[in-house]
Order: sequence, then structure tokens, then C-alpha cells
Amino acid sequence: MKRIPLHEHHVAIGGKMTPFAGFEMPVRYSSDKEEHMTVRQGVGVFDVSHMGEFIVKGPQSLDLLQWVCSNDISKITVGQAQYGCLPNDKGGIVDDLIVYKLDDEEYMLVVNASNIEKDWNWISAQNRFGADMIDISEDIALFAVQGPRAIEVLQKLTDIDLSGISFYHFTKGILADVEMIISATGYTGSGGFELYVPKEHAMAVWNKIFEAGEPYDIKPIGLGARDTLRLEMGYCLYGNDINDSTSPIEAGLGWVTKFTKEFINAEQLRTQKEAGTGKKLVGFKMVERGIPRHDYSILNESGEEIGYVTSGTMSPQLNIGVGLGYVKTGYHTSGSEIFISIRDKKVKAEVSKPPFVAS
Amino acid sequence: MNAPENLFYTEDHEWVRFEGDEAFIGVTDFAQGELGDVVYVEIETEGESLDAGEVFGTVEAVKTVSDLFMPVSGEVLEINPSLEANPELVNSDPYGEGWMIKVKVSDKGDKLLSAAEYLEVTGG
Repeated sequence: MKRIPLHEHHVAIGGKMTPFAGFEMPVRYSSDKEEHMTVRQGVGVFDVSHMGEFIVKGPQSLDLLQWVCSNDISKITVGQAQYGCLPNDKGGIVDDLIVYKLDDEEYMLVVNASNIEKDWNWISAQNRFGADMIDISEDIALFAVQGPRAIEVLQKLTDIDLSGISFYHFTKGILADVEMIISATGYTGSGGFELYVPKEHAMAVWNKIFEAGEPYDIKPIGLGARDTLRLEMGYCLYGNDINDSTSPIEAGLGWVTKFTKEFINAEQLRTQKEAGTGKKLVGFKMVERGIPRHDYSILNESGEEIGYVTSGTMSPQLNIGVGLGYVKTGYHTSGSEIFISIRDKKVKAEVSKPPFVAS
Repeated sequence: MNAPENLFYTEDHEWVRFEGDEAFIGVTDFAQGELGDVVYVEIETEGESLDAGEVFGTVEAVKTVSDLFMPVSGEVLEINPSLEANPELVNSDPYGEGWMIKVKVSDKGDKLLSAAEYLEVTGG
């Protein structure tokens, strides 16, 4: 089991550590619900240093990325980030990722911790272009400072005008006396920034953020709340909602799958986009009381299985069960009545387009 | 993590408090800490006679779901009515207000643990 740079600190401040994606990660410090609401209403900090980062650079970097990524990397300019996925050659997804354009011929790929090795091997195997690749995952600590007050807290620590960084843009600069990437991204729907910090400065930066955030009642936030926050927004989690065998088209990632360029398995995906897919990933809210969980069956009125839940939780904000799951095409439209099989009971739910809460 | 001396425990993290031939049953402080915020306690076995080890209900936390096991054999007489509206009592007062069921005990069995034995199970 791997450890993130501030492991000891998380234990010391009461973080309950749990295995996740090959790392021991803080799942909660106090309460999932309390941490969730802290991010929705104030400001909280996630240590997500388990995430992987690769640098791809050189004259061939764009060619390689256009080939392996579903999204059109030529559309982003220096200082911009873009969400997309890595399609495999069998119709599924190797991983989802964010691509940062650092310079004209230099990019940073941020990938899921569980997939660092798989992604590295996959992209390397596709690199007939000869782009330079460097895995910097072990050198970088990543702090997601999220919530409506995040900008006020971080602004105290930098001369860069943070309000000038638009969503899915970033800048390289000094914050808390350390040079880092300051990115207006996140996985919560509550706004804020993600900070890519050289790991030797991780502790100092963390401490300065908490000092600056004290008047705002800043709190450390665990992976438990990270999951409920992302689910209320309907964001996909690799391994749950998307995986090696789900297609980007059926997963609703058509908006980041661009047929304006050649890429791995584009033909099959284009056919799916044109002809439609047999199942679709949808969001749903429970109408009757119950909490959907990963792998529960989704049924129709007459009790036939029409799909399965991929993620589910009690929404701390709505206080009802919400989830994501695949259903047969036809049941995917908003308002469709579906049923979740919970302990052999048919519990009513309704297909509903995320986000489930206002962002 | 605490485990009062006057209670008995199971390896599945339930506790029992005997009162004559009746007993109150709930989950331990350790269990509620592992579960996280409890949002729903589903018990539909009122009036049923269950053997020790059988499932008497389910506890749902934000992130997890877990079955609840009978620490003793007996008939489920009552479900804690407060849990319907306030399931978080399981977190805030697991050995008191957060009790789950009251049973008429028919057999205590021989698997119950003392507080000291239970603390060993949870690593102190």
C-alpha cells in the first residue's frame, strides 16, 4: 500500500485512513455529511496526492495526445485544461483524465491513481510518434481547495488575481511562497482550485492554507465526502461508472469525444454515436425511501431487469438517495419511472438529469 | 473508542444489555465509527423470533450498508421508534439513545464477549 506525502499529518489530525486505489487515503476526518456541507457552503481541502501526473512534451506531443485522447487537444491554448477520456481499442475506456496545456509543446495529463501504471503502459505503447513522456506522479502533491470561500482563502496567499482564472484554466505561479500550478478545476461542483505542489513543499503549503482559512472555518475533507459531492453533480468515477468495457458514448461522454480528428477506435465510437447504443448511463433520484448502491439491479415496473446501478448514495443536501446507472435505451429519458432492487424490494426511482443540486 | 463494562458484545460489533429476560441491542461505538453517518436503519423483523447470528435488519450509512446480526436468540419485541426520524442517534449515542431493538431472550448462546474481549477484537 502506497502513502501520500502528508500521510502522517492526516493520521495526526484524525483522518480515518482506508485503502483506495492502492493508497492509504483519508476517507473522513469527522463526518461525511458535515464535510460535504463544509464544501458546499464554505471551504474544504482534499489531499488527492494519489492522483497521477504525466508530462508529455516535444514536437510530437500533440500528435500522440490527439491519437490517445477522445477530446480535441488542438482546441486548448496554453493555460487551459480539458476533460476527456482515453478510449481503448475494444469500445471501452482506459481512463478519464484532464489534459493541461503547459506550453506550446508540453502537456500535463492528470489520471486516476488506480490507473497510473495501466495508463502509462497504454500511452507508451501508442507512442509511435516519439513524444517524450515523464511520470511525475511521485513528485507532486495535489490539494483540491473547494467551496464558495476557496477563492478568498487562497487569494490571501498569492499576488495572482485568482478571479481572473476562468473555469478549466490554470496558471503557473507563486502561492504560499511556492511555485505551483493553480488550476480552476475540481470534482465537487462548488468551485475552487486544485493546486499541484512539489511534494517537498506539501506540508508548508497545507499549513499556510489552513492558517489563511481559519477565519472561514476551513476543514480537511475526506474521500467519503468527495464521492457524495461528485455524485450530487453526476460526475463519473472511473471504476464505478466507466471502465474498460463501457463506451464513452453510452457513458454520456459524447461531449468530450470529438470526431474532428483521428483517434483510437474512432470508427466504432462514431458508429455508436450515429446508430445509438443499447444502454445509457443516467442519473436518478429515489422517489421512495432507499439508498441505491453500486451493483444493485435496476428494474422496470413489471420487475424485469433493465440495468444496474454504478454509483449511489444518500445525498447529504437533498436527504434522498441519488445515483448513476446504466439502463436500456428507452428508459433513459428524464422522468422515466424505474425501480431499484434493494434487498429484494422494488423501490421506486425516477431518471433525472444531473446535477441533482444547484451548483 | 469505548465499550462499557456492563454490556456484552459480538464479533460482528453488536452490543447487548440484559434486563431480566429481555435485552436491548445496538451496534458498538467502533461499528458506528466504521460506518460513518448513519442515515437509515431498516428493521422489519418486529414480532419475529430469530436465532443468534440471524439478520434482524440493515443499517445504511452515507457510504456503506451493513447487515445487523442477532447477538442472542429471541423474539423482537420493539424497534427503537426514535431511529425513524433520527438515525444519527446511532452515531451520537450508540450505547444509549441509539439502541436498535428490544428482544425477549430465549437463548443467550455461548458466543458473547465481555468488554475486554471485545476490545481485543477491535484492536483496543
